[in-house]
Amino acid sequence: MPHTPILSVNNLSVVFPDNNGGLRALDDISFEVHPREFICFLGPSGSGKTTLLRILASLLPPTSGQVNFIRNEHPEIGMVFQQANLMPWRSVMENIKLPLELQGMDAASERVKAQELVDLVGLNGFEESWPRELSGGMAQRVAIARALIHDPDLLLLDEPFGSLDAITRERMWTELSRIWQVRQKTVIMVTHSINESLFLADRVLVLTQRPGKIKLDVEVDLPRPRKDDIRYTPHFGKLARKLREAIE
Amino acid sequence: MKNILNRIPWLGLMSILAGLLAWWLVARYSGLPRFILPSPLDVRTSLIKALGNGTLLYHTCITLMEIVLGMLAGVAFATVVGYMLAKSRTLEKILSPYLVASQAIPIVAIAPLLVIWLGGGILSKVLICALIVFFPVLVNTVVGVRAVPAALYDLMNSVRATKLQILLKLEIPASMPILLGGLRIGVTLSVIGAVVGELVNAKQGLGYLLQLGDFQYDTSMVYVAVFALILLALGLYGIVAWVERKVLVWQEKK
Repeated sequence: MPHTPILSVNNLSVVFPDNNGGLRALDDISFEVHPREFICFLGPSGSGKTTLLRILASLLPPTSGQVNFIRNEHPEIGMVFQQANLMPWRSVMENIKLPLELQGMDAASERVKAQELVDLVGLNGFEESWPRELSGGMAQRVAIARALIHDPDLLLLDEPFGSLDAITRERMWTELSRIWQVRQKTVIMVTHSINESLFLADRVLVLTQRPGKIKLDVEVDLPRPRKDDIRYTPHFGKLARKLREAIE
Repeated sequence: MKNILNRIPWLGLMSILAGLLAWWLVARYSGLPRFILPSPLDVRTSLIKALGNGTLLYHTCITLMEIVLGMLAGVAFATVVGYMLAKSRTLEKILSPYLVASQAIPIVAIAPLLVIWLGGGILSKVLICALIVFFPVLVNTVVGVRAVPAALYDLMNSVRATKLQILLKLEIPASMPILLGGLRIGVTLSVIGAVVGELVNAKQGLGYLLQLGDFQYDTSMVYVAVFALILLALGLYGIVAWVERKVLVWQEKK
């Protein structure tokens, strides 16, 4: 792993104004992310996980502290939300192409790139479908493809499988893991699922209850590529237990 | 062949024929004078005459032009103002007393005023149409733009879309269903607007034809004008509904 980080966050705090002195969502968060690293923030609801991602995506300004993207100041971001967040008036293909359209790419290259992503996330045959015709898992695949198409420097995943049923969710872990192996992206994901974080991430950072602080930083040294049955190995169990104990 | 036969709305046609028959029977046997209730055959005679010498087509075109110009002006103005209102609560607070007040006055009451100001020509009717279309389209624009999901703004901002891109690729398509709903209401209202204006003072248009028939006790001509108005309204409504179907193909079929 290269030693220069792609992103460093220093003493980040966020306070939302309210009637009694402000609601502290994040408290003094510092961490570094290296290129091609898959980092997972694990925490209970209300630990400021989504707030953290919104700050990294520049959707929200921090109250204090710095977010430094080392290589370029305004990195390209790909974001996957809790809901698929597709535009219902665009077909699958058109939804995936959106970021390229905004960059003003020519239609032919758009088409080629979008087809690549359709193949990657396994949506062949659904290119011209409307979002309303898709299942939750398929819609989230479209969202992943859309987040990857403009080749972002950083992929932000906000509990992307939270709205899926348990079986689909586990299938999507394997899918995401495979896609990540192919695309070699730097990923920051937030979740409240211990299994999800261990299955996917290189590093898991545990956040405390509000205000969110980093309580634990665990290297996940499970071999890749990870298969479904890795979750039943003793080492996985040991790591899961460690994380479980850190979550209040 | 079978396909074409299936497509004809048989029940609707039968119902219209039955209605015409009932009308004819009443006109024939009730003993009402012709200037009160002309029979369908009298109306047909008037219709053929009005079609033959081109008066019906001429007056219909005038009214249609007033409606189309009025709609264009009203919709353009309403969507621009509506968008600004949706974006700024302050502006909404400043303008809403005027907007609500403008709706409290029936258009029939201010139509004479507008005709006095702008004369008996086409311009006053265009303005009446525009005014009558303005409010429903404005309200639906505000509702439509405010209904754009915040999550989609987040998506657009996360890929650093410009304000213009957000307008073109998110706000306009997202508010289209509600906006077109407003247009559907507006288009039928605008037919009323044009006729109201023409009834006040005009030298042309279907409202003028209607009044002319009325003054001359040519009741069957009034009927011709009324039917022309009905067809005009149906046609315009049909066009908006058709556009709606084309634009909103992505929606669930109801």
